[in-house]
Amino acid sequence: MSESELSSGSEPRRALTPSGVGPTTEDLGPTRASRHVGVEPILSARNLTKYYPLSSGVIRHTVGHVKAVDGVSFDLFPGETLGIVGESGCGKSTLGRLLVSLEKPTSGSIIFQGQDITTLRGSQMRRLRRDIQIVFQDPYTSLDPRKTVGDIIAEPFKIHPEVVPAGRRQARVKELLELVGLNPEHINRYPHEFSGGQRQRIGIARGIALNPKVLVCDEPVSALDVSVQAQVVNLLVRLQKDLNLAYIFVAHDLSVVRHISDRVGVMYLGRFMEMGDEDQIYDRSTHPYTQALMSAVPVPDPEARDKRELIVLHGDVPSPANPPSACRFHTRCWRAHEDCSVKVPELLPRDDGAGGHDSACLYAEVFSKASEDITAADQVG
Amino acid sequence: MTDQLNTTARRTTGESEAIGGSGAEAGAATLASDLSGIDATVGGPVVGTRPRSLWTDAWHDLRRDPLFWISAVLIVVFIVMALFPGVFTGKDPRACDLAAARHLPSPVHWFGTDIQGCDVYARTIYGARSSILVGILATMGTAIIGSAFGLVAGFRGGWLDALLSRTGDIFYAIPLLLGGIIILYTFPNQVGTPYIVVVLKVVAALAILGWPSIARLMRSSVLQVMPNDYIQAAKALGARPGRIILSHVLPNAMAPVMVVSAINLGSYIAIEATLSYLGIGLQEPAISWGVSISDASGLGYVRSAPHMLLFPSLFLSLAVLAFIFLGEAAQNAFDPKRH
Repeated sequence: MSESELSSGSEPRRALTPSGVGPTTEDLGPTRASRHVGVEPILSARNLTKYYPLSSGVIRHTVGHVKAVDGVSFDLFPGETLGIVGESGCGKSTLGRLLVSLEKPTSGSIIFQGQDITTLRGSQMRRLRRDIQIVFQDPYTSLDPRKTVGDIIAEPFKIHPEVVPAGRRQARVKELLELVGLNPEHINRYPHEFSGGQRQRIGIARGIALNPKVLVCDEPVSALDVSVQAQVVNLLVRLQKDLNLAYIFVAHDLSVVRHISDRVGVMYLGRFMEMGDEDQIYDRSTHPYTQALMSAVPVPDPEARDKRELIVLHGDVPSPANPPSACRFHTRCWRAHEDCSVKVPELLPRDDGAGGHDSACLYAEVFSKASEDITAADQVG
Repeated sequence: MTDQLNTTARRTTGESEAIGGSGAEAGAATLASDLSGIDATVGGPVVGTRPRSLWTDAWHDLRRDPLFWISAVLIVVFIVMALFPGVFTGKDPRACDLAAARHLPSPVHWFGTDIQGCDVYARTIYGARSSILVGILATMGTAIIGSAFGLVAGFRGGWLDALLSRTGDIFYAIPLLLGGIIILYTFPNQVGTPYIVVVLKVVAALAILGWPSIARLMRSSVLQVMPNDYIQAAKALGARPGRIILSHVLPNAMAPVMVVSAINLGSYIAIEATLSYLGIGLQEPAISWGVSISDASGLGYVRSAPHMLLFPSLFLSLAVLAFIFLGEAAQNAFDPKRH
């Protein structure tokens, strides 16, 4: 992708901003691949933040904020999967909950089909909930133990009675059970009679019951056995094709994310460090944090495992209540320069040797070029 | 170096495909393998068993508990006694003969007669109605007020929770008996006060003083239910708070309240008797175990006619025990560690 293509790619983003202001840097979303030019995103976030107040003292007063999500922007296009990866506590689950309006953002906007949904109220918000649904991580707490499977999957229809007429609901629930690969005759069973994978299918059936356009999957397979993970991931892939769903797929398992995602965003301390197509992130990452993550992906071949470079990050993730200045990663980065703690690196297209993709690193480089900077203390193996 | 990285990348691709169960054949083959997984379940051990909710699980446990059966039989007997006292005795508890006062138990008067010459057996049978009525109504009152306050406090949180919890603490600080004495002493009964008003006064005193313990229990139980993802899922579906509370929170949070209410029922019956004994609960001409005990414990009567005290006390103790046993049996059955 040439420079001109990049700029033309950013062109339609102007129309996205609800206020219609010019294409300043803040308005720019992440890079779009050429396949996205001229396609309206179905869901966009612009400078989305979520701060949780920290209070202390006898008289409760706010002493600071946990910056769970701190200035996140992205576009999700119809029918595609955006994978979001990162360590525990990096804000990926909070981002997912913001997108389904389970949390109110501190600032920023979420645009669904051209409309800012962060200001919706009452019936408009209820109407929106039909279009954006969520699948939860833990299949053991996401289903009400006192309800039958039929009740659980029919609940969306009780809340939105206009979707399916009362007489057809039972049939629709059975259809949904079949669609997610469960026996429709199990409609009167209780959740505790099912295995983890089956329960996750029930959760998925509830999520797709209202024919949403966007499904936020918050670590949907993290709690499952590996063999069952594959089945559930494949179910999600099949449903995406059949129902033309767009997924936000939050996970910490890099292999699963690569398998299902068209594009991947890497989060660290509430911000995207890098975002791009699946091969750009996995094969040509330019951000040192992404490179460190990728080097931790298990390699099944012992010989290849012995040969590869392992990047070991030192120290713990800094507290999101008091994140490092400018680049959030500079405290643990082996490539950090002095200005990394002063100059905020924007998530902008940066050269990756094959057209470039979004990276929030002032010194973005693919790993092989940068490797000479790694000292012996930084690597193992 | 580049080679190494590429190798890593290729390995990663290979691995991810392995995890995905071969992305290339994802279509029909996946569906087939999915369905074969389901078939295995269809043939699994769950087939043929009736669907069991946690309530049916609890009932399953209760049925095997002798404590439950003992208490259930006693409670059924007491309830029949309260509803149809004529089943147990043909005598009129108010047909008294002063000439036949303080007779010992005999074939004519099974439990003897009291100081007014009334039949103690008939009065004990008829006394069940007041005691059971006070117990059940007071339990319902505390359960309804306490659950409502606890639900709202736990569900809404914030300043409303603080307000309701502190209000509860104020009532909780008043001892039940002392508070009951003060309330009933402030609103004394007149000679012509109807029976049901007398009963409802006692019930109101117990409900006003008893709800905070239920509210605390309900609040803590709601706080355990709230973080569950099924509550979040209902919110994400657009369910209104009322729907979430009635459909998800209450059914999952009410088990401890039911257990404690059953235990409380027994103690409310005992407190009614205590208040009646002190002469401020139920009063003549109302018939209750407490009133009978009060009458029978006058100076010197305990020695000269112990049967007047013994039989109503025995019935009172049995009723209290029955409800406490029922509560304990229910507690065991609802205990998640048993499953």
